[in-house]
Amino acid sequence: MAVTTAAPAASDEKELLISGSEAVAEALALADIDVVTAYPIRPYDTVMQAIAKKIANGQLVAEYIVAEGEHSQFEIVKHASTVGARVFCGSSGVGWAYAMECLVVTPPLRVPMLALVGNRALDDPGAFGVEHNDALFVRDLGWMLCWIDSSQEALDTTLIGYRVAEDRRVFLPLALSADGAFLTHSQALTLVPPREKVDRFLPRYDRGDLLLHPDNPITVAPQANEDWVIEIRRQNDEAMKRAYGVIEEAYADFRRVFGRGPENPWFEEYMTDDAEVILVGMGTISLPIKVGIRNMRARGKKVGLVRLRWFRPFPTERLVAALSGARAIGVIDRDYSFGSPFASGVVANEVRAAMYNAERRPPLLSFISGLGGREVTLEDVDKAADMCFAAAASGKSDTKTHWLGVRE
Amino acid sequence: MADATTFTNATQILEPFRGIKRVTIEEYFTSGHRTCQGCESALVMKLMVKAAGPRTIVLGSTGCMYVANTTYYTTPWVVPWMHTQLGSSGSAALGTAAGLKSLMRKGKMKAEPINVIAFCGDGGGADMGIGAISATLTHKEYNSLILLYDNESYANTDIQLSGLTPYGAHTTFSPPGKVHRLIHRRWKKNMAGMMAAGHPECRYVATVCASYAVEMMNKVRRALTIGGPTFIHSLDPCPKGWDYDPMLSHEMGELAIETGLFPLYEVEDGVVKYYGKTKALVDGRPRKPVREYLLKQGRFAHFTEEDLAHFQSKVDEMWQQWEIPAVVPFRRVDATKAALDVK
Repeated sequence: MAVTTAAPAASDEKELLISGSEAVAEALALADIDVVTAYPIRPYDTVMQAIAKKIANGQLVAEYIVAEGEHSQFEIVKHASTVGARVFCGSSGVGWAYAMECLVVTPPLRVPMLALVGNRALDDPGAFGVEHNDALFVRDLGWMLCWIDSSQEALDTTLIGYRVAEDRRVFLPLALSADGAFLTHSQALTLVPPREKVDRFLPRYDRGDLLLHPDNPITVAPQANEDWVIEIRRQNDEAMKRAYGVIEEAYADFRRVFGRGPENPWFEEYMTDDAEVILVGMGTISLPIKVGIRNMRARGKKVGLVRLRWFRPFPTERLVAALSGARAIGVIDRDYSFGSPFASGVVANEVRAAMYNAERRPPLLSFISGLGGREVTLEDVDKAADMCFAAAASGKSDTKTHWLGVRE
Repeated sequence: MADATTFTNATQILEPFRGIKRVTIEEYFTSGHRTCQGCESALVMKLMVKAAGPRTIVLGSTGCMYVANTTYYTTPWVVPWMHTQLGSSGSAALGTAAGLKSLMRKGKMKAEPINVIAFCGDGGGADMGIGAISATLTHKEYNSLILLYDNESYANTDIQLSGLTPYGAHTTFSPPGKVHRLIHRRWKKNMAGMMAAGHPECRYVATVCASYAVEMMNKVRRALTIGGPTFIHSLDPCPKGWDYDPMLSHEMGELAIETGLFPLYEVEDGVVKYYGKTKALVDGRPRKPVREYLLKQGRFAHFTEEDLAHFQSKVDEMWQQWEIPAVVPFRRVDATKAALDVK
C-alpha cells in the first residue's frame, strides 16, 4: 500500500513508500500505456494488481485484459503494439516459459514491448524465490535485458525502457528483471515525477510505416524461408547494436529532465576505484555484497562491486575497462548453465568471453549462489572475496565453479 | 474509462448481398498466392475479405493460408495482413481490437469502425488455439471475427490428423495398415456448437461452406455488423488432403451438406437458425447416404461396409438424438429418462 510522505523541498516529485512492482505501475501510469495483459503467477503479478487498482481508480486509462494463459497474454499485447498501442506485459518463472513461443516472435516483428520479469526459480520443484534463468531464456533472441535493484530504479528504468525500445533505431522488446520478493515485494521511498516531466522525456509511440492499419495496408511476417531470413536476423543484430547509443542518449536525457540517474547506464560501480578484487553480480545481490564490502574494507581489504544492469546489449568494452584494473574478478551468478564451460553460471561465462581479448586479464573466479531465493549471506560474500584474493596472489584463474551456501 | 457493461463499439453496417449480381466487384485477396488447384480455403479467404471490405485488418495464424498465401515478395492481401502464431488467432483478434479501441478511445487514432478478422485452420483453431478463441469470445467489448477454415487436417505440414479430421480418415499420422485398418478413431469435434453453447455473450456463431458463396459472405457480414466477438466455422474441401479430383471441390462441399454431415446454421443471440440445404433437411428432405460423400475421397478408400455403417449411424445420431439436431449433442430429457428406465 502506497504511503504518501512529505515531498522533499524544491522538488516537484512525490515521494511514495512503494515496492518495486508498485514503482513500475507508477511509471506505467505516467507513460500512459494503452493495453496491458495480466495472468497470475508470483511474484511479478504484484505489478498487475497495482495496475488493476490504478485502472479501477481512474488513474490510468488502458485496455486491461486478463488472459487465459501467458501465451495469450504476450500475443495479445504483441498484436496491440502492431496497431500502435503502447503495451505492457510480464511474468515469472515457468509462466515466462509458457509464453516462450510469443517471446521468440516479438523481436523479429520489431515490437517494442516492455515486460516485467519478476525473477523466479523454474519448476520443478516449486519455489517462489529468485533465480535469473527465467529472463535469461531470451538472451540470444533480440530481447533487451536489464536488471534493476531498487524501487527508484524500477520506476526510472521503466520510463527509460519505453524510450529506448520505441526508438525507431531500435524497435526491440525489453525485459526488465526484478528479483522476486527482494524487489517485487520490498518497499522503499521512491520519487514519482509529475506527468509533464515524463511527457518531456518520453515521446508518443510512433509505429511509422510498420503500422498495421487500413491506411497502411502492409503484409507483416510473410513466409520468408532461406531467401530472406538471414537478412532479417542481421537487421535485428544491427538494431541491437544501435541500442548501445540509444541507451546512452536516453540516460543522458533522463538526467537532464529529472536531475538524477546514473552517468553509466550499463552498470553500477561500488568502491571499485582502488579495488583489488571486484565482485560482479546482477540484481538485489548487490545489497549483501555492498554490506560485505564495507565490512571487508574496515578490515583493510579493498573489494569493490560491479552490478550489471544491462545484460543485453552487453556492455563489453566498458565492462572490460572497469574490470581490467583489478587483481582478481569474482562473478556471482544467481543462475546456472548446466554443462557450460567450467560449469559456470551465465554471467561468469559472458564476462570471461568479454575479457578474452583484453590486454590485461586478471584471474576470474566463478560462483553460483542464492538459487531458489536462498539468502546470500555476508559469510558467502567474504568467502568469495577471500578466494579472489588468493587467486590474485597466485595470479591464476581457478577453473572450478564454486557454489556458495549450498549443503553438500 | 467507459463502463464495460454498457460500452459498445460501433461496427460497420454491412447489409447482406441480395443475390450474386449485387456483390461488390472489388477484390481484397487477389493474385500472389500459391495455393493448390481446387483449394477451397483460398476461395474462403477471397470471399471473407470481399464481404468485409477495405477497412479491415486480417490476422492469419500459421497453416496453409499462411504458408501458401504469403511468400515474401508476393502477397495476395490488399488489406493489411499479419501473421500470428498457430494457436493465437483468438489472441491476435483480441489484441488488435484492444489496441485499436484503446487508441481511438484516448484520441490517439482517428475513431472509425475497423473490421478485425483472425483466421485459423482446424489444427490452429480446434486443437492448439481453442483456449485463446474461447477467451476471446468472452470479451464482448472488443469487435472481432474468428474464422476457422476447416480442411480437416494439418494440410500444410503433409496432411496430419487434427481434432476436426473425420473418423477413420487416412492421413499421414493415421495410415491404414495390415493390422490396424483405422488408426484415427475419434469423432470430429462439434466446434461451432461448442463455441455457441459455451459463450453466452458471444452474439453470433455460424457455419458456412464456400459452395454457397453468397450465403457464406453474408454470414461474414452479419458477424462483423453485430458487434463483439463472433465465430464462423467454414468447411473447406481439400483436394490434396481428401484425395479427390480438384475440379470436384464445389461438389464435395455440397455433398457434405446434403448428407447432413456438416450442417449450415447460424446462432444469433442464442437462437438457432438453419439455412440453405440444411434447412431443407430439417424440414424433412431425406439426407443423402454418407457413402456417396465418403467413397468419392481417397482418404476413405480403405473403409469397409462396417466402417461406412458406423459412420452413417453417427450422423443419424446427430440428427435423430441431439437436443438441437446437428447443433447441440445433448439428449432430450425424455430420451435420457427412457434410457434410465430400461436399466
